[in-house]
Amino acid sequence: MQRLREGNKGKRNGLLYGLVFSMMAALTLGGCSGSSKETGTAAEAGISAKEAVQILNVSYDPTRELYQEYDKAFSAYWKKKTGQTVNIKQSHGGSGKQARAVIDGLEADVVTLALAYDIDAIQSKGLIKENWQKILPSNSSPYTSTIVFLVRKGNPKGIKDWDDLIKPGVSIITPNPKTSGGARWNYLAAWGYALKKQGGDENKAKEFVTKIIKNVPVLDSGARGATTTFVERGIGDVLITWENDALLAVNKLGKGNFEIVNPSLSILAEPPVAVVDKVVDKRGTREISEEYLKYLYSEEGQEIAAKNYYRPESKTVAAKYGKQFPKINMFTIDELFGGWNQAQKAHFSDGGVFDQIYKP
Amino acid sequence: MENPIPSIRVQPKSGTIIRWLLIGIAFLFLFLFLLLPLFTVFYEALKEGAQAYLASLTEPDALAAIRLTLLTAAIAVPLNLIFGIAASWAIAKFEFRGKHLLLTLIDLPFAVSPVISGLIFVLLFGTEGLFAPLLAKYDVQIIFAVPGIILATVFVTFPFVARELIPLMQSQGTEEEEAARSLGASGWQIFFRVTLPNMKWGLLYGVILCNARAMGEFGAVSVVSGHIRGLTNTMPLHVEILYNEYNFAAAFAVASLLALLAIVTLIAKSIVEWKTVHQEYTRR
Repeated sequence: MQRLREGNKGKRNGLLYGLVFSMMAALTLGGCSGSSKETGTAAEAGISAKEAVQILNVSYDPTRELYQEYDKAFSAYWKKKTGQTVNIKQSHGGSGKQARAVIDGLEADVVTLALAYDIDAIQSKGLIKENWQKILPSNSSPYTSTIVFLVRKGNPKGIKDWDDLIKPGVSIITPNPKTSGGARWNYLAAWGYALKKQGGDENKAKEFVTKIIKNVPVLDSGARGATTTFVERGIGDVLITWENDALLAVNKLGKGNFEIVNPSLSILAEPPVAVVDKVVDKRGTREISEEYLKYLYSEEGQEIAAKNYYRPESKTVAAKYGKQFPKINMFTIDELFGGWNQAQKAHFSDGGVFDQIYKP
Repeated sequence: MENPIPSIRVQPKSGTIIRWLLIGIAFLFLFLFLLLPLFTVFYEALKEGAQAYLASLTEPDALAAIRLTLLTAAIAVPLNLIFGIAASWAIAKFEFRGKHLLLTLIDLPFAVSPVISGLIFVLLFGTEGLFAPLLAKYDVQIIFAVPGIILATVFVTFPFVARELIPLMQSQGTEEEEAARSLGASGWQIFFRVTLPNMKWGLLYGVILCNARAMGEFGAVSVVSGHIRGLTNTMPLHVEILYNEYNFAAAFAVASLLALLAIVTLIAKSIVEWKTVHQEYTRR
């Protein structure tokens, strides 16, 4: 009796395990063929002109909507011009993090990041030519933006300018400058304002920014995280952010719930673009990648940038969207900080000014 | 004679109050921390209607994310199944040097933060990594591509099957195998006829947990993925992307799929648990 049962059990189990193992084998085989197909298309991409080509644009956080629209427009333009189908892939994240990924081997054909320093970092590893910022007009920045304040409806804390941010009891949301490009612009905008107001006194500027940082309850890692904290989670009285993200929040996220406050002085934020030379030469995608960036300066590209709340480089498109972008007094990073390399070294490197004033 | 009676009467009464209080707290806690969030996920997902829900799941990027998640699990789970069986068999049924070291190493992925696990692969296979020259020579892309995601998932889910099987097999001892051996069974016969049937429910339990983690892993995969829409996005990463695009309904729709997976996992787990207990019982 016992033996009979055991025997039966053994048979049934044998069947069960046969099934499990064959399923496993099938899955593994399926997996292998799937992945080999994937690498196949990647290798083929961009070899023949008439075959569909795929390029990757590695970008920063708030450009998601901009490039969703632009990629469609460029694909149509490229198809009409050359007859070739182009498939543009997007990757978004904090600007510094994205630059790091490209350095570590993320095969970006083009990078469209939040600030020149992050592209310089990629350049310093030899992936991009040294004179990259001179290749396209306006320091290779097809669109610009600036730093503004987003406050809750009716501006209950009465925030009008940078000085109002250091008042006690004002809770400020801004991301972490160590990881976010936008946050670095925010920080430098505040610093520049204080510097200009105090007649160039660096110590007074440091004191001012220290007071601002003291009023920040959470430092998110990216601009999008900070906006979500402010808009969705309802934390904070004021969000220091990109003008484009503030306009998006006002128009799309919470219509009538938020107001934009333009400070008396802000920074001209130039998010630059560049072709990653090493990648395009390896993949044979130089021609299309260069055209992809050039087309950003076209009438259509500029129009899309303006529609997505970026200040266009083109004068005619800027005039058309004049209402959307009020005149704000702006200084550039070169004027006050001697360019990104110096600003980065002085403020955001390990042990720099930000590390000195930020003590959680 | 009279004394024990009141004490018996009083004890269950105060006992019931405490019991109901404890049960109440447990249920309240479960409701607040498990059911409410779960309900929110489905509520938010279906807020814009069933059509929007289906559309956000059948959109090409979402489909690509689902496909990649399934592919990753389909490779990671069988690999860890084979490894788990091999390791637990070796550890539970044989004595050898370095056994404790092996046990410790199996636990390593549990001890390390998933983000660090991801970074390990960047340090190994990145363009500045250890294997960079070799990879460049043969033009193989590992991180920021599908192989990297699979590697990271295998690493993170490594201990699940083995950890489940080792205590079970140790408690079962080696008598049955020894008996089979003395009756003249070969190694494979012993494995398929004795060892495997004995551990099947524990094995299934481990596989279920391993699969759930493989599909749900975020940290390690996030580091090696590169976040390319439609190419290297798994479902958890896709949820994050949609959320960051202020596309909340779609984010919750994809999240609801993961929540469903969790529910199925829990049900399967309870069935297997019940079966395991049942098996133990009949064995005795």
